[in-house]
Formats: sequence, C-alpha cells, structure tokens
Amino acid sequence: MSEMQKTIEIEVLRYHPEKDREPHRQVFEVPFTDDMSVLQGVQYIKDYLDGSLSFRWSCRMAICGSCGMMINGIPSLSCQTFLRDYYPARVRVEALAHFPIERDLVINMEGFIEKLESIQPYIIPKEERTLAQGEYLQTPEQLNAYEQFSSCINCLLCYAACPQFGLNSSFIGPAATALLHRYNVDSRDGGKAERMELINSEEGVFNCTAVGYCSEVCPKHVDPANAVNQNKTNSAADYFLRFLAPKGGAK
Amino acid sequence: MNKRRPYVRSMDGWWRKNPFFVEYMIHEGTALFVAAYAGVLLAGLYRLSQGEAAWNSWLDALKNPWYIAFHLAALAALSYHTYTWFKIMPRTMPPVVVGGERLPGWVITAGGLAAAAASCLGLLALVWGMAR
Amino acid sequence: MKAPLKRSNAPIFWALFGAGGMLSALLGPMLVFITGLALPLGLLLPADTMSYPKMLAFAQNFIGKGFIFAIIALFLWHAAHRIFHSLHDIGIHAGTGAKLLCYGTALLGTLIAAYALLAIGF
Repeated sequence: MSEMQKTIEIEVLRYHPEKDREPHRQVFEVPFTDDMSVLQGVQYIKDYLDGSLSFRWSCRMAICGSCGMMINGIPSLSCQTFLRDYYPARVRVEALAHFPIERDLVINMEGFIEKLESIQPYIIPKEERTLAQGEYLQTPEQLNAYEQFSSCINCLLCYAACPQFGLNSSFIGPAATALLHRYNVDSRDGGKAERMELINSEEGVFNCTAVGYCSEVCPKHVDPANAVNQNKTNSAADYFLRFLAPKGGAK
Repeated sequence: MNKRRPYVRSMDGWWRKNPFFVEYMIHEGTALFVAAYAGVLLAGLYRLSQGEAAWNSWLDALKNPWYIAFHLAALAALSYHTYTWFKIMPRTMPPVVVGGERLPGWVITAGGLAAAAASCLGLLALVWGMAR
Repeated sequence: MKAPLKRSNAPIFWALFGAGGMLSALLGPMLVFITGLALPLGLLLPADTMSYPKMLAFAQNFIGKGFIFAIIALFLWHAAHRIFHSLHDIGIHAGTGAKLLCYGTALLGTLIAAYALLAIGF
C-alpha cells in the first residue's frame, strides 16, 4: 500500500417522513480522490455506507438537470461540483432550497411542472399554415433572439436561488418565465398575447425584485433574470396601453 | 396508504446565510437614504414656502454636525445606489445589438455610470452657473 | 379548477420606482453633495448659491417647480416601493397596512410638495 487513503466528510440533511418528525444532519466519511464530484460522493454513501439515502441523478454530465442540491448553501449541480474544491473541509449537502422535501435530497417539484404547463411551452402559430407551405425559415439573428432561453434544463437551481419564490411559492419564477420568453421572442410564435395573462397576474413577474441570483447559479447561462425583467417592461406596457389596443390586450 | 409528508423549511434569516443576499439587502437599503434625503428636501421646500426667515433657519440647520454626518452617509448610500443600479441594468434590458454583435453587460453598466458622472457634473456646472 | 388569475396593479408602482431610481442614480449623489455638504461647509460654490431670493426665483419658475417636484416625488415613490418590498423580504408581511404606510407616506410627501410649490407662487 503506497499512500494513506484520503477521506472527506460529507454532511447530509436526512429526512425519512415515515420515521422522522423533521430533517436532521448526518455526517459520512467518504474516501476522497481529486477527480470526484459531489454526486460521486453521495453515490458512494448510498452504495457502501447507507443504502437508504435518496437522491435524483441521471446523466452525471450537467445536461439532464436531475442532480440539483444545496452544496455549502449554494444551489449547484452535484455532478458539476467537485469535492477537491472543498477538501479537506466538510461538505454540507441539502435538498434544493424553497421546495418541500419529500425524502433526503429529493424535493417536490409538482408546482414547477404545473407552471411549465401553464405557459403553453410550444409554438402557437401566428396563422394557419399548411404542410405545402413547407418549414419555417429563420435567420441566425432570429435564432439568436431566443436561443439562450431555450437552453434551460429545468434543474431548478434558479428557484432554489430565488428568495421571492421562497417567500411566495405561487410566483411563476425564473425558469418558467425564461421558457415563456423563449416562445414569445421566437419569430415563428404568435402567442404572446395569450401568455400575457400569466405575466400580468399577481403570480407574475412583479414578484421579482431583481436579486439576480437566479442568473448567477444557472449552469446553462440562460439568464432567467433577464427574461423576467424584460417582461416587467412588457407587462407595464400592456397595463398602460391596454385601452388603446383594439382587443384590449390581456384581461 | 400515502406515506408522503413533504417538509417545508423556514425562510427565517434567509438573507443572512449567503453573501450575495447580504449585498442585495444593502443595496435595497439605500432606499432608506433616498427617502430620508427626499424628506430633508421636502422640509426645505416647506420652509421656503414659509418665507425668508424660515428658509434661512433651515439653511443654518444643515450646518449642524449631525446633518453633515447624515449627508456624508447619504452620499455614500446614493453613490452605492448609482453603482448597483447600473450594475443590474444589463439584466433588465433586451439585448442591444450593435454591428451584428450583442453588447456585453459591462458596456451597458459603464455607459450608465458614465451618464451618471456626466449628469452629476452637468448639475454642478448648472448650479455654479446659476449662482454667479 | 384553478381560480382565474387577477391582474396585478404593480406596474404603476414599478414604473414610479424605475423613474425615481433612474433619477436618483443619475443625480442623487451630486444633489446630496451640493445641498448637504458643499453649501453648508462652504466648499466649491458661492455662499449665496441657495439664498432665499435665488431659491424663490428658482421655485417660482415653471422649470424649477418641475425639477423640485420631480426630485422629491420620484425619490419618495422609488423609496416607498423598495422599502415595501424589503419589509416583505425580512419577513414583515403586514400586507395592506405596510402598503398604506409606505405608499401613503410617498403620497403625503407628494401632496405637501405640490402644495408648497403652489403656495410659493409664480
């Protein structure tokens, strides 16, 4: 044996509803090599130390959006966060903030799924289009207008970062607004007026106070803060100019 | 039998737990100084409407060390407001495309800060010009 | 079935917040310096820069009135909106009460400023 095996402490917030009244911390000592992600650390715990540890993961390469968790209090993808950046200090791991904890590191994201559905995340054509007309043509500039907002992997780090969502869970939130904006600014889409009602509502963009942390933590550089804040201007325009438009804009 | 019992964590003290949020609360807090300074100006305006004696007593009151200290703090606070206002401005604007390329955020911030500097110096010049 | 969405009236207060924020960002520091430091301490500017005759003339002028009103009113509305949201942020969800206190104060200040500017005459 050449070297002593290095270890690192990973402290996990545990919660098993069938036996726990509330979450509690548990520290595990995990063998450390400098190429390990936090996800690998948590997988080691499940494989060798405590099989009851529950967490979501899939691609382990920062594209599926499953493995989001709080790492030392910061919303992060555990597959993209490395133990070497904390070693030899203890790493604290907790379920994504602002969501109810189902079990250990697994959160309840049903509310978010409902929000995604509510924004009508598909092209709503401007007019009827036949197959014979062929495909839509789009210039690089038109693609550029929405491409960054289409990069969202629904990892929910932005919701864990957003204190306004934490204080009011009915707030539509960063990722849903980014996706809504992605469709509104897509040259193929004509559904902006239909989506306005959500933006204008009390659950809409004015819950945002421009903290900006959502865009800081986004692993795909979507800049959801930009989508939300651009739509404050859109919503205000709709509010003040609605009596001028022939159909009166959104209700 | 449904064994689910989702646990909702408290939001108490959320802003103290992350330096990003501490800074956010500080720059939001500059509003207290904006309000206080507006209050000082409002008091002065009211005194102005009451005549010369009232106005001059307000001018004298501003020389009080407590008022000087307040205005020093207000200067720091409003300057920090200016800086953070333009720092966040790129996030609030649609993309600005110049010559086929998107303007990076720092250019917008720098432009805003330059406009603030120009406005402040312009104001000083205007006041100085009107005082002569 | 979800309840129908209510349109928020936030745009009014947000627009005032934005206008006040921009005005205070562009001119705030210099205004504080001039009125609160330079003149009381006798720095840079002539001693009679804000003398009664000069200030009265400025406040009686249409443009002067507009400037004074814009600064006071927009600063107050900007601060009211931010402070109201900050109260919510630190856990004070007094709702309508807090709203009345914050925006009500801004409204009161706006009205006093308007009254004073009218009383000063033309």
